[in-house]
Amino acid sequence: MSTAPLRLVTSDDYGVKIANKSSVPSVGSEAQLKSVLASLAGVDAVGLEGRCAKLATRSIKKSTKLAAIDLAISMIDLTTLEGADTPGRVRSLCAKALRPDPRDLTVPSVAAVCVYPDLVTEARSALGNSTVAVASVATAFPSGRASLKVKLLDVTEAVEAGADEIDMVIDRGAFLSGRVGEVFEEIVAVKEACRDAHLKVILETGELVTYDNVRRASWLAMLAGADFIKTSTGKVSVNATTPVALVMLEGVRDFAEATGRLVGVKVAGGIRSTKDAMRYLVLVNETVGSSWLSPDRFRLGASSLLNDLLMQRLKQHRGAYVRADEFSGD
Amino acid sequence: MSDPRLDVRKTYKLLINGAFPRSESGRSYKVLTHDGEFLANVAQGSRKDLRDAVVAARGVQAKWWASTAYNRGQVIYRLAEMAESRRDELASHVAAAEGITVLEATASVGRAIDRIVWYAGWTDKIAQVYGGANPVAGPFFNFSLPTPSGVVGVLVSQESSLEGFVDAVLAPIAVGNTVVAVASELRPTPAVLVGEMSATSDFPAGVLNIITGVTSELALTLASHEDVDGIDLSGVDVEQASELNVSAAGSIKRVYRPKVNDTDPTRRLRAFIETSTVWHTIGQ
Amino acid sequence: MDEQELTNSRLGSLEYDPAPESAGIAHLRPSYGLFIDGKFTDPSSHEQFVSLNPATEEVLATVAQSSREDVDRAVASARHAYDTVWSKTSGAERSKYLFRIARLIQERARELAVVETLDNGKPIRESRDVDVPLSAAHFFYYAGWADKLGYAGFGPHPQPIGVAGQIIPWNFPLLMAAWKLAPALAAGNTCVLKPAETTSLSALLLAEILQQADLPPGVVNIITGDGSSGAALVDHPGVDKIAFTGSTDVGRQIQQRVAPSQKRLTLELGGKGANIVFEDAPIDEMIEGIIDGIFFNQGHVCCAGSRLLVQESIADDVLRRLVRRMEQLRVGDPMDKNTDVGAINSSAQLARIRELSSFGESEGATRYTSNCALPDKGYWFAPTVFANVSQSHRIAREEIFGPVLSVLTFRTPEEAVVKANNTNYGLACGVWSEKGSRTLWVAQRLRAGVIWANTYNKFDPASPFGGVRESGFGREGGRHGLEAYLDV
Repeated sequence: MSTAPLRLVTSDDYGVKIANKSSVPSVGSEAQLKSVLASLAGVDAVGLEGRCAKLATRSIKKSTKLAAIDLAISMIDLTTLEGADTPGRVRSLCAKALRPDPRDLTVPSVAAVCVYPDLVTEARSALGNSTVAVASVATAFPSGRASLKVKLLDVTEAVEAGADEIDMVIDRGAFLSGRVGEVFEEIVAVKEACRDAHLKVILETGELVTYDNVRRASWLAMLAGADFIKTSTGKVSVNATTPVALVMLEGVRDFAEATGRLVGVKVAGGIRSTKDAMRYLVLVNETVGSSWLSPDRFRLGASSLLNDLLMQRLKQHRGAYVRADEFSGD
Repeated sequence: MSDPRLDVRKTYKLLINGAFPRSESGRSYKVLTHDGEFLANVAQGSRKDLRDAVVAARGVQAKWWASTAYNRGQVIYRLAEMAESRRDELASHVAAAEGITVLEATASVGRAIDRIVWYAGWTDKIAQVYGGANPVAGPFFNFSLPTPSGVVGVLVSQESSLEGFVDAVLAPIAVGNTVVAVASELRPTPAVLVGEMSATSDFPAGVLNIITGVTSELALTLASHEDVDGIDLSGVDVEQASELNVSAAGSIKRVYRPKVNDTDPTRRLRAFIETSTVWHTIGQ
Repeated sequence: MDEQELTNSRLGSLEYDPAPESAGIAHLRPSYGLFIDGKFTDPSSHEQFVSLNPATEEVLATVAQSSREDVDRAVASARHAYDTVWSKTSGAERSKYLFRIARLIQERARELAVVETLDNGKPIRESRDVDVPLSAAHFFYYAGWADKLGYAGFGPHPQPIGVAGQIIPWNFPLLMAAWKLAPALAAGNTCVLKPAETTSLSALLLAEILQQADLPPGVVNIITGDGSSGAALVDHPGVDKIAFTGSTDVGRQIQQRVAPSQKRLTLELGGKGANIVFEDAPIDEMIEGIIDGIFFNQGHVCCAGSRLLVQESIADDVLRRLVRRMEQLRVGDPMDKNTDVGAINSSAQLARIRELSSFGESEGATRYTSNCALPDKGYWFAPTVFANVSQSHRIAREEIFGPVLSVLTFRTPEEAVVKANNTNYGLACGVWSEKGSRTLWVAQRLRAGVIWANTYNKFDPASPFGGVRESGFGREGGRHGLEAYLDV
């Protein structure tokens, strides 16, 4: 009797299988939407956090680390969202975004620069037609507390000023009080106002608090047409965490299998070190795989992270720890 | 033979929230050895210091209780490690404070360290000894869990400068409470040393706070403080204890009064435990 | 979105470079003696046998084969230590010895983890993150009971039994040693420990730690050897209590041999754990839990969730997700920090797993085996799932003790309970559901010593572990774990 194990299915069947038919389930009414969201499986927090803790022990070294660092750099949305932002600040950031290390042109550019709507023009002019996109927050970022009319105008102005990507916030108040239909309709309206710009929907997971809420909000956003779902504004005390990201990655995986549409994930806020970035890449790698390991489908919203990645990159090449002053403080 | 080298003298300060401040009142008082010789000017804590200590104790209590029992045990065991390494220093202070020989004091310190180890081993046993499933007459899973009362004020024994101190503060801490302790008025220095050791033992800031000073000035503040959940009256006499008991009643505090010739070392553990009972239906 | 891209997304496409732990820290000696009376000593026969690294088949060291004479010596040493020293040592002092041992395990954690992985074949991540920390924790936990025995619920002054003979298996060598020694010593007994033949090295390193802790000579003796050493220990009239963890077959034999004597006995034997999944289970965590339940430690776990009982309404989806997840398991060099599944412990065990798995196919179950590449040398078995299994199949009834899962379905909670209980074993089960009342209802009816709800393979020194029926009797861990070592 043969002792070789039989292989009844091939490795091709073991990936995340994305449906060939694009069939977004029609959500005709708030009641239907509520029922779809209620049918989603619950999340066991202990199991979820345990899985993240185990994945955090993955050891990323040598050539994998170098490749992952470059991948992470190319996935960054380099961000400045301060009341004190000026055109000068934005121009410096854009220069850094294009050439993170002017002495080493092998360092990839980042994915995008992320600014407030009234600085989009500046960013656009600084970035020109380069590969670095202009992303703008909109819809009364970060709180989202304004009328729909104001929020849509916010989006329109950003798009007209040249934004390639819009990062909107959902109405957390409406979500938490059960008015999911309102949240849905707002996203649909914003998506329309985006025209050709791609839409990232910020769930503000720190305010949603429970993982079950994050799962439901993720599906709601995807059903409403989001191109990306994003964890946080970075402006509250709890921003991106690996467990929250894992829930969202599971969400985009299952959504892709159900509908054929691939939605991206952006984690933002509190991601400061290369180690943090590596943890997120491991999550992507082991939850959704190759189709998401690209700036088209995964982004890191961060500012100081870039310098840490550059330092780690340099350290790998030089073989010694380097100092922060090697790189610009932009 | 005197050492020609001048020694650096220690300032005995309060322990509040993991830091060692002087009293906000700026006062200190003279502490003498048992033989009447000058030992040190020790900080004379005020009502405000007590208030700050209570704030610190309350601020960290939820987190202390949320850590695992295993972790709490490890922290208390580390205190034993610290105390063991400073055994001689402790012994000389106990001898000076209580007027006993260094040999007797060393034995007392040994017993105190063994007590710390005893408490370290209690943290992950409390639930098994004082909690459990209850066989109610119905389709319910019913279990009782021992939980800490919260912030416990301790008026430490006046006489037993180290062993009494260890018992009084570690019993509530082992069970998950945080403590504001008023040290023995005349014999405070061993307690201050233990405070220093706790700060290097991974005790989170605020779990143990130690206020030195005049007990009669501080006792009433502690007993009447509404954000203190329990009080240990070991350090006051019977009369004062009754008075304090009355003021403690104002916020329905749990009160622990020492028993003469007490043979049960777990009374203190049980004094600051609340039992929380949960029912859960059982059915398809 | 580019519709042309609607292909399979390959999981794990970011390849991880090898991240090997260095073996140098192990400082293995070429040969080891027996640990009797506080010293390492040659076996009377001077016979040694080899201990292999199951991942490479390389010789790690030679280990002493103890004879009847050696067992005699060890028991005599334990008896002497009990009579003259340990029974006169106060609980407070015993407590401090155990705390020392716990601390030393923590201090030498890395060394212990490496030795364990080299000798057993389990991934270094598991030795480092599970085996060694839990071993330290067991000593910490029982250290705290040594001076509190009067509060354990066995009367105010419970006494130890005397000399304990303890025989442990190869699946968690260091942890099983901790599970045996810690409560026995806390309660005041002295011990003669016989590690498993294929995995003696971590126990011998533990012996060094006992020396460093200044544990009085003879309080713990470690006699290595094959089954004959274990039998000699079981039969020895100088032993007051036998504790055995291993297969049900051997446990049966031991119970028979011990029966005519007055020796106390506790047994922790095999299992065929059922992981019961209801349709309202938290899906992703459940998949992790099923995977962990059977592939953790290469499935060499008595309480492994080796049967998946899944509610029929979600069975297809669960199977698909399971197989996808199984395919992602990283099987290979146990010393690589990124390895999930290591080597099978011995060629004998590998043969058993292969044999039983072949029944799965011949009985008509559908086999899914991971496509992972297996190293050329060493003992390896690719993670495998059998679907469409029924309760009458051999693979649903017999303990395989390897990375092989059998999947069965059920329709109602009642049926799940009946199927789960349809076994002579009764060690552990899992229940997956978001409905608490139903989980408790099922738990109440399961014939098992351990029930995990929405989790699996969780161990803690405070939590009693052990089986019912042919999975053994007696509990290890918790207050209950003291009972086996007290004369009550």
